[in-house]
Amino acid sequence: MTVIYIITALALVTSVYKSPAKTRQALQLAWRKFLKVAPAFVQIVCAVSLLLYFVPNELIAKCLGAENRWYAVSLGAGLGSIMILPGFIAFPLASMLLHKGAAYMVLSAFTTTIMMVGIVTIPLERAYFGLKVTLMRNAIGLLIALTVALATGLAFGELL
Amino acid sequence: MTQRTNAMLTWGLLAVFVGVLGLSRLVQWSPGLMIGAHFQDFILGMLRVFPCAFILIGLFDVWVKQETVQRHMGEGSGWRGYFWALLLAGTTVGGMFVGFPVAYALYNKGAKLSIVFTYIGAAAICRVPMSLFEAFYLGGRFTLIRFTVSLPLLILSSILLGTWLTRHNYQVREGQ
Repeated sequence: MTVIYIITALALVTSVYKSPAKTRQALQLAWRKFLKVAPAFVQIVCAVSLLLYFVPNELIAKCLGAENRWYAVSLGAGLGSIMILPGFIAFPLASMLLHKGAAYMVLSAFTTTIMMVGIVTIPLERAYFGLKVTLMRNAIGLLIALTVALATGLAFGELL
Repeated sequence: MTQRTNAMLTWGLLAVFVGVLGLSRLVQWSPGLMIGAHFQDFILGMLRVFPCAFILIGLFDVWVKQETVQRHMGEGSGWRGYFWALLLAGTTVGGMFVGFPVAYALYNKGAKLSIVFTYIGAAAICRVPMSLFEAFYLGGRFTLIRFTVSLPLLILSSILLGTWLTRHNYQVREGQ
């Protein structure tokens, strides 16, 4: 994080030195672009805080630890598609489930869909790509995530 | 829904949300306190990243020439364009809230669609800090498998989607 602050500061100083007018233009642009994502950001933060309360870790643990692995993979992919979780919550949780006996394949379906499929971020994404392409992109993301989960299952000897 | 009503609804929602969370703190209502803790973590984490990210996007927009982006990421940029997209995605911070504006800025400067889609996908799956975190908790093998399977598929699907949409005169828009 510190690196990013330093880079931004250096870039800003260089920019001001070269042209204060263009820098002001850049900052105005930055603010306008921030305002464009701000409403979606607020909606998503509210939704995710509620979701984290209604889908507590115990529920995720129960779904991902289901007896039938295919059932667990589907639940993992389903939950992962709905949730967006910051890495600092998702991976420690996954690691805890791993120690409780959850399969790598199931964790992979869960964490990879968290990254690639964002049902909660559809309102944000459609503002840029339109609804049709947003849905196509998320569907492709889901297919890729399931392929990754299968490959993980094979690599860790959970399938054969 | 117009942009104005959407914005007003959003700020109204935020006001109600914060109001309820504040009240929960006063009366120690535990669901409210738990939701509030998540809300605070999430919003503070993002607000730490946003100023830098958006200032850099603004500077990029003002200073980087269209020809430069076109040459490195436009039609005819070859495999190097994908390489730059992956590199940029690896260092993106702030998740998709930053990813989409960056993707639009690239598109606007002449990056081709397949590269824009590669960037967006890669910003979701191969951010460096996140991947290191993943490898630490779930093992390097887990992360390695994810990378080797998802990256080629991502690039392939981005090329297919990009080519198909370009043929249909598809355009990316800027935000709401």
